[in-house]
Amino acid sequence: MAEVLVYVDHVDGAVRKPTLELLTLARRLGEPVAVHLGPNAADAAKTLGEYGATRVLAADAPEFADYLVVPKVDALQAAYDAVSPAAVLVPSSAEGKEIAARLAVRLGSGIVTDAVDLEAGDEGPVTTQSVFAAAFTTKSRITRGTPVITVKPNSATPEAAPAAGAVEELAVGFGDTATGTKVTSRTPRESTGRPELTEAAIVVSGGRGLNGAENFPLIEGLADSLGAAVGASRAAVDAGWYPHSHQVGQTGKSVSPQLYIATGISGAIQHRAGMQTSKTIVAINKDSEAPIFDLVDYGVVGDLFQVVPQLTEEIKARKG
Amino acid sequence: MSLRIVVCVKYVPDATGDRHFAEDRTTDRESVDGLLSELDEYAVEQALQIADSDGVDDAEITVLTVGPEDAKDALRKALSMGADKAVHVEDDDLHGTDALGTSYVLAKAIEKTGYDLVVCGMASTDGTMGVLPAMLAERLGVPQVTLLSEVSVADGKVTGRRDGDTATEQLEAPLPAVASVTDQSGEARYPSFKGIMAAKKKPVESLDLDDLDIEAEEVGLEGAWTKVEDVAERPPRAAGTVVDDEGEGGKQLAAFLAERKFV
Ligand SMILES: Cc1cc2nc3c(=O)[nH]c(=O)nc-3n(C[C@H](O)[C@H](O)[C@H](O)COP(=O)(O)OP(=O)(O)OC[C@H]3O[C@@H](n4cnc5c(N)ncnc54)[C@H](O)[C@@H]3O)c2cc1C
Ligand SMILES: Nc1ncnc2c1ncn2[C@@H]1O[C@H](COP(=O)(O)O)[C@@H](O)[C@H]1O
Repeated sequence: MAEVLVYVDHVDGAVRKPTLELLTLARRLGEPVAVHLGPNAADAAKTLGEYGATRVLAADAPEFADYLVVPKVDALQAAYDAVSPAAVLVPSSAEGKEIAARLAVRLGSGIVTDAVDLEAGDEGPVTTQSVFAAAFTTKSRITRGTPVITVKPNSATPEAAPAAGAVEELAVGFGDTATGTKVTSRTPRESTGRPELTEAAIVVSGGRGLNGAENFPLIEGLADSLGAAVGASRAAVDAGWYPHSHQVGQTGKSVSPQLYIATGISGAIQHRAGMQTSKTIVAINKDSEAPIFDLVDYGVVGDLFQVVPQLTEEIKARKG
Repeated sequence: MSLRIVVCVKYVPDATGDRHFAEDRTTDRESVDGLLSELDEYAVEQALQIADSDGVDDAEITVLTVGPEDAKDALRKALSMGADKAVHVEDDDLHGTDALGTSYVLAKAIEKTGYDLVVCGMASTDGTMGVLPAMLAERLGVPQVTLLSEVSVADGKVTGRRDGDTATEQLEAPLPAVASVTDQSGEARYPSFKGIMAAKKKPVESLDLDDLDIEAEEVGLEGAWTKVEDVAERPPRAAGTVVDDEGEGGKQLAAFLAERKFV
């Protein structure tokens, strides 16, 4: 059976959820072979095997952390040469897309980014994408080379499918360009204790209607009552009310949770681009004409300073 | 230090318009007005600031686009912001070129123009792939210093801050290099009246595929590495329930969430 390379996104060996989704999708095309770069491959391999990786090609070298992107491309290319896969799947993070882009150039292969679904087809994988702020759905095929596909988080439900997950050492020779861009310092983002925005099942976002940083605890309180991640519109981020890493939209994170709650957000096209594929959408806005109401399953026209506290209380009461 | 900067800018359909696909499943550039991609304005802005910065004297900024005839509008806007000259790669055979093809054409045009630093936007507002800068660096064989929210050039080096998924990184690379900047890098300036007038006299060089030694088969819809097989308008979301808050809005919403099993 054909093998499919899956690039593993992990933090010190803790595999992030989008990778498990990729393994699940990869099984539609062939046998997943995971590529793990960096430390703690053995830990990661347990999880990767559980979700269907037959093999885990692992490499660790200081270059992966000390230089930007290219060492990882060299390694993924080494894995490609070793496996001759039917396709290469990479998570659609900012870095993932750059790795995939360079690999595609090197292989002379077509690339599809931000796939939200993928199936096997007679002439290779057929990918689904959501374009123009999710107003259209397209299906594409890669016509040249080995398909390189980046897949958005929350595109599939991870399904366990125990496989060997055997760790094999991957030999990587770094090229001249690998050490081109030095990472001179790295400050890890502090964990908020809340779910990761792109991976969360529920996202509660606040916009300009929040009227100040001091009111964001209102959003955090609602989020915590639901076990949700916190998002923000660009207006709120630009005003300095919430960190940019929480921005939802075209130039922020793209989210596709089961439930998205927009509070004090008008629903500009660039915001919609990042949340329109959410399964259930709820909005609280005092302007009944706000475009966000065109998207909602349930909307409340009202003052968020009244509605949100009541909602949070009621959720807590119902949860007991 | 003298510095030749090439800024890659894309002409895109206005995102606030009703964007569609044409018969051949390429982006319809007729029905919606086009403009300089807003995210590339940030690239022009940072190039202007780098050119003005202390470590740099004698900078020349060329704005480069690959696109249809109307794409000149995007170049004019960038020139009116303050860029010195423009290069427009225009050829009927380019219609339908995908990211790999575009990066190939851009790389050839950048090499022909001559450069120390290439500056791109973080993504185009129509394709939103965010892959071109990495592809350019790969093709040109120079460092990629991408997705910067802060950038500066001094002593033959480009440095900047990259706010990644899990960490903030400080990057450094020797020139020549390819950089891309995000919309966190600082508001782009508005063209002044003087700038608009001056732009009319600035040179715009037109190049076609022959000028770049590119065969028609290597690009365009036929040369594309990917094929869009199906395009469907997303069905409108079923109209939801919208209630006015008359004191019980929060509770009503909680009941809805409970009914949907979120609570
Ligand atoms: C190139 C580009 C990229 C962009 N990328 C993004 C992006 O990634 N993400 C993003 O979000 N935006 C993005 N934007 C900006 C976008 O166009 C909007 O400006 C932004 O989304 C507006 O944020 P907002 O809805 O919070 O603010 P506004 O549009 O000002 O809306 C605030 C809303 O709050 C409501 N409100 C006010 N007070 C209350 C109250 N007490 N109770 C209830 N409701 C209240 C108002 O009725 C209003 O509808 C981008 C723009 C450009 C040009
Ligand atoms: N046709 C084009 N002409 C010039 N520059 C482009 C073109 N397409 C993309 N770019 C540049 O590449 C960046 C990323 O684009 P993309 O990878 O298409 O999202 C843009 O912000 C531009 O700087």
